[in-house]
Amino acid sequence: VSERVAVLAFPGSCDDRDALRAVALVGAEPVRVWHADDDLSGAAAVIVPGGFSYGDYLRPGALAALSPAMAAVREFAAEGGPVLGICNGFQVLCEAHLLPGALTRNSSLEFRCVPTWLRVESVDTVFTSGCELGDVLEVPVSHGEGRFVADEETLSLLEREQRVAFRYVRRDGSPVGDQSPNGSMRDIAGIVNERRNVLGMMPHPERACEPLLGSEDGMRLFASVATSFARNGVVPVGVS
Amino acid sequence: VKVTVTVRPRAGILDPQGEALRRSLQGLGYAAVDVRAGKVFDLELEGGDETEALRVAGRIAEQVLSNPLIEEFELQAHEPVRS
Repeated sequence: VSERVAVLAFPGSCDDRDALRAVALVGAEPVRVWHADDDLSGAAAVIVPGGFSYGDYLRPGALAALSPAMAAVREFAAEGGPVLGICNGFQVLCEAHLLPGALTRNSSLEFRCVPTWLRVESVDTVFTSGCELGDVLEVPVSHGEGRFVADEETLSLLEREQRVAFRYVRRDGSPVGDQSPNGSMRDIAGIVNERRNVLGMMPHPERACEPLLGSEDGMRLFASVATSFARNGVVPVGVS
Repeated sequence: VKVTVTVRPRAGILDPQGEALRRSLQGLGYAAVDVRAGKVFDLELEGGDETEALRVAGRIAEQVLSNPLIEEFELQAHEPVRS
């Protein structure tokens, strides 16, 4: 039985098709959910993809966070459903208060579209369970506003609860130093919520699913979801 | 009632846009300036008095127009606009 994974699409989303394709590659059934829909079609996991939802008006992700589809995602996440936000999707999840902190203008002021290397720092999530702690994945970033910021208290909490999922490092796994693509605090590339079912990350795993594209490390995340479906026998959240 | 909402980056939050402007201004010879870049929103609210309008505008500013984690806002009420 193929499980459904919903991929949201807002006006201005542009990575939804890549996400849908990545879902299909691991044998799950991709379903596109338009922003005006408040029904996730019985999906067992949700991806909030990258792009420029609502033209990034006001602040990236701010208007998308107010959409009917996101109201459904908020409910889905509250029931423990797995949610992955990629790039603009991460910004949406922060604006929707499903994740702490905010993504601000890159400290370089430049839009950066480059390969990055991510150290896996949390494996007890649906999306990273197929990784080992300390694995270094090559996944590209493509954003102008990806500098993760949060107050000291929040940063300490994230570290203490091992809620940093990915940190930017150099190819050899050493600290990224001045090679950070965006100047994120503590080199944070991705975090999870307290319950560990919502993960947001700026890099694009769906753009690292083919050797032709330079890396297939991103497949590890989608394969992790498929494996967890197979292992747990999915009960679609919110459907009784 | 018309309410103007001014949103700016919180003190201590890096404002790369303001910093870029500062550097450009420096290039023009305005050496000692400090620049913080924000946004201005003009709201026209139906009915109610000024106190009520400010209360509603404050909620809108907090929930939507600003991200309280990185931005702060100020409100200013104006006389109703007559055409």
